[in-house]
Amino acid sequence: MPARAGVAVALRDAFLSALVALGLFGAMIGLKTDVGPSSLVLTPRPWAVAIAVGAVFAGRLALLVWRAWRPAGAPSPRRLAAAGHQAGRYLAPLLLTFALTLPAYGGRYWLDLGILVLTYVMLGWGLTIVVGLAGLLDLGYVAFYAVGAYSYALLAQTFGLGFWTCLPLAGLLAACWGVMLGFPVLRLRGDYLAIVTLAFGEIIRIVLLNWVSLTNGPNGISSIPRPTLFGLTFSMEGGPGSVADFFGVEPDISQRVIFLYYVILGLALLTNWVSLRLRRLPLGRAWEALREDEVACRALGINVTTTKLTAFAIGACFGGFAGAFFATRQAFISPESFTFMESATVLAIVVLGGLGSQLGVALAALVMIGGAELFRDFAEYRMLVFGAALVAMMILRPRGLVSGRTPSVALGTAQEISADLVAQGRG
Amino acid sequence: MAEPLLEVRDLSMRFGGLTAVDTLCFDARAGEITAVIGPNGAGKTTVFNCITGFYRPTTGSIALPAAGGVRLALERMPGHRIARQARVARTFQNIRLFAGMTVLENLLVAQHNRLMPSVANGLLAVFGLGGHARAERAAIERARFWLDAVGLTARADDPAGALPYGAQRRLEIVRAMCISPVLLCLDEPAAGLNPRESDELSALLRRIRDGAGGEPGCSILLIEHDMGVVMRISDHIVVLDHGRKISDGSPAEVRADPAVIAAYLGEDETTESAA
Amino acid sequence: MAYALQQLINGLTLGMIYGLIAVGYTMVYGIIGMINFAHGDIFMVGAFLSLISLTGLAALGITSVPLALAVTLLFAAGIAALYGWTVERIAYRPLRGSFRLAPLISAIGMSIVLQNFVQVSQGARVKPVAPLIEGNIPLYAGTDFTAQLSAMQIAIVITTLLVLGVFTWLVTRTPLGRAMRACEQDLKMAGLLGIDTDHTISLTFVIGAALAAVAGLLFLLYYGVIDFYIGFIAGVKAFTAAVLGGIGSLPGAVLGGLAIGLIETFWSAYFTVEYKDVAAFSILVVVLIFMPSGLLGRADVEKV
Repeated sequence: MPARAGVAVALRDAFLSALVALGLFGAMIGLKTDVGPSSLVLTPRPWAVAIAVGAVFAGRLALLVWRAWRPAGAPSPRRLAAAGHQAGRYLAPLLLTFALTLPAYGGRYWLDLGILVLTYVMLGWGLTIVVGLAGLLDLGYVAFYAVGAYSYALLAQTFGLGFWTCLPLAGLLAACWGVMLGFPVLRLRGDYLAIVTLAFGEIIRIVLLNWVSLTNGPNGISSIPRPTLFGLTFSMEGGPGSVADFFGVEPDISQRVIFLYYVILGLALLTNWVSLRLRRLPLGRAWEALREDEVACRALGINVTTTKLTAFAIGACFGGFAGAFFATRQAFISPESFTFMESATVLAIVVLGGLGSQLGVALAALVMIGGAELFRDFAEYRMLVFGAALVAMMILRPRGLVSGRTPSVALGTAQEISADLVAQGRG
Repeated sequence: MAEPLLEVRDLSMRFGGLTAVDTLCFDARAGEITAVIGPNGAGKTTVFNCITGFYRPTTGSIALPAAGGVRLALERMPGHRIARQARVARTFQNIRLFAGMTVLENLLVAQHNRLMPSVANGLLAVFGLGGHARAERAAIERARFWLDAVGLTARADDPAGALPYGAQRRLEIVRAMCISPVLLCLDEPAAGLNPRESDELSALLRRIRDGAGGEPGCSILLIEHDMGVVMRISDHIVVLDHGRKISDGSPAEVRADPAVIAAYLGEDETTESAA
Repeated sequence: MAYALQQLINGLTLGMIYGLIAVGYTMVYGIIGMINFAHGDIFMVGAFLSLISLTGLAALGITSVPLALAVTLLFAAGIAALYGWTVERIAYRPLRGSFRLAPLISAIGMSIVLQNFVQVSQGARVKPVAPLIEGNIPLYAGTDFTAQLSAMQIAIVITTLLVLGVFTWLVTRTPLGRAMRACEQDLKMAGLLGIDTDHTISLTFVIGAALAAVAGLLFLLYYGVIDFYIGFIAGVKAFTAAVLGGIGSLPGAVLGGLAIGLIETFWSAYFTVEYKDVAAFSILVVVLIFMPSGLLGRADVEKV
């Protein structure tokens, strides 16, 4: 296409985009409503509109120019996938080493960030079992996170039990909820399943918010006990029975932080190990077969009900563990932490990671949570950028960072299966 | 005559005002290949769906004598138990493979119930308990046997979705065989196959019926439009038209039956000469 | 008795608003099979646009209420339609035909963008507005309570019925409506027969957005206060309504909306206000267990 005509078309396109932007932003940005003395008043902000419209014009033009003039011949998808696979083999051990040694050189801030990222990695790995392996679209995963957190908090408060005792109990309770929530949705497919699981998540949140006698409502539960190291506490006083006393060092808050970091790392690695083991076992294979074709599973004698319920239960169990950890790390929980946004974030991590890929989920959590952290200074714009990033990521890589599936068993050598062949499940 | 394996009595299936199957009675006998034929819309796949538990019949009974003198009533069993307990396997008109899993994985999924008899067993296997490793080795051997039987061993690690059509059909059949059925129900297995592939299919089905390499024989119930295959391998044919049975007997009897000729075979001269 | 009658009136009125939003959900789901997570936020945008318009018109000195409302309706519906079109072009069209979860995440992302965009540009505080349509008609006098029908409620019912009437005419009598129904049945085939499917899908979003904006205006007038978060809650409830009525069925969406409105209102009145949402969601779960395709939905028969 001759350059002149191309430029004219691009300019016209950008101009039209700017016109649309004017319509979108003119009123919403341009006329701000403020609470005035007797009623609302409008504050005109023409410059803000001009800047926004100008940005759209420039951005659209840049996009068109880049698309027209970028070098042709992108590398073939198969070579990219092979290269990605190679990188993946080194990336996983690299990340693991990094994670194991972070406390050695990271300060308090980085440890806290690490704990946050690892919590989401664990949630992502837990949800991967339900969504990635079994293909069950769960939009209410936060419910199990909440059950785990509140179980631990209430057990600790009522019976005085410690973290390590309550951890398996929290997982068990969450798994029970997983089965209870799974029963009604067995026959539902696709988006119906999604909306019902979303409804469950909201129901749990509303109940936690309003059942004040049990959960203390919006005020939450505080003074949740911290985990101990073989019975030694991390108290700041440093008296007998504390870690500081045992090792003969000054009590320091970083000791507890480092301990918490390794606890969540351990829990996350447990989730990872169990998932990888299950994938190679008949149960994991049945989950993946369920995702591929539920009708064929039934025709082969697989009890689809049991298979779905175990997926919900095991996924919920890990969500419960993560919830119990969350409660002990914060020492305070309230229903505010268990909103739909959490479910959406974890689902986004799973989808961005590439369904069923353990490494992908870890990378996705790193990118998303780490990225959100970088934008912390931008306050109001942070969530806006987060939402835009979700849209952009899906448009650019709808199949996720690590797409493609490695078979769990092979007669010869296992080769990666391209993502185009793998189903994402209808149920 | 051989023992009846599957007894269908007064089977009817009504969808609202439409009667797809009307008081159908027939037997599928043990050790035989029984073909169900008829023009399109005669209700053949509906009968299959009733037998294999995907539809609940409006009236009638489908009985399968099982081990220990028990007669299983298939019309009231849930789908997966028909495969697991009654050992009735099936394939589908539109191939339903696990496309994103390899050929070998497809065959291992079929042996799920042998590898994981219960949920407790499945969970214990995470920790290496429950004798899973041995069971999996045996399952892989059985899978290898069937892959050899259809010439797919070289492609065991390829994704099932990448196989050519004929290979996918063969895979679906041996996947069904991996549940060690007593009755194999095939829904148009020869659809889309060229003459050479049809011959190979016929040989495979005979081999399945007669049993080979330590595997016991398995009776076959098949829906098919390819008259060449039907006439060549069937021991017994049931003909349906508009949901009703219009003929029932050996291939020679059915071919000569004027009712059948009028409803079906009469229009199709080219395939009659190939038989 | 009078109390119950009042709840009935209130419930139906609320249900009409939900119904308007639910229609947008069901239309989009019917035609491209995805939940438009951002639809509830278009409703919120419509409410804010109405707020801006009414405030602006008042500042310009326009005192005629019917005129102000008419202008606001057209303004809000028009700009919201533009929002709907833009959301579809940016976040959904590139992912059409792609794998199922990506459009869902994209929609959730778009929902977050809309919420925060309004929050950033208009401020996070709630926005109150003075009641514009006043007056009540006493209907039924009980012992210590008189059921009343407010002028606002009459306005809502009339507007909703009018808008839905126009919309039904559009869907059943015009070529556009035929194209929409054809695309809903079989998108690929419709395309092969010469229907511009991209255009039809865009128009579906546009119309849905306009309806949601009308609902936003009505919500603003009825409740008198809005904030940037109303979209999420109303959106989930409206989608619940659409599913309850049977997704893909337009009368079902309206019916579902009325049902949710009634459940919510009666539950708040006779039980507790806090758990009214729980009641609505629980009804959804129960209905879907026994009628997986909703009240009026087409049963999804799986071909084996």
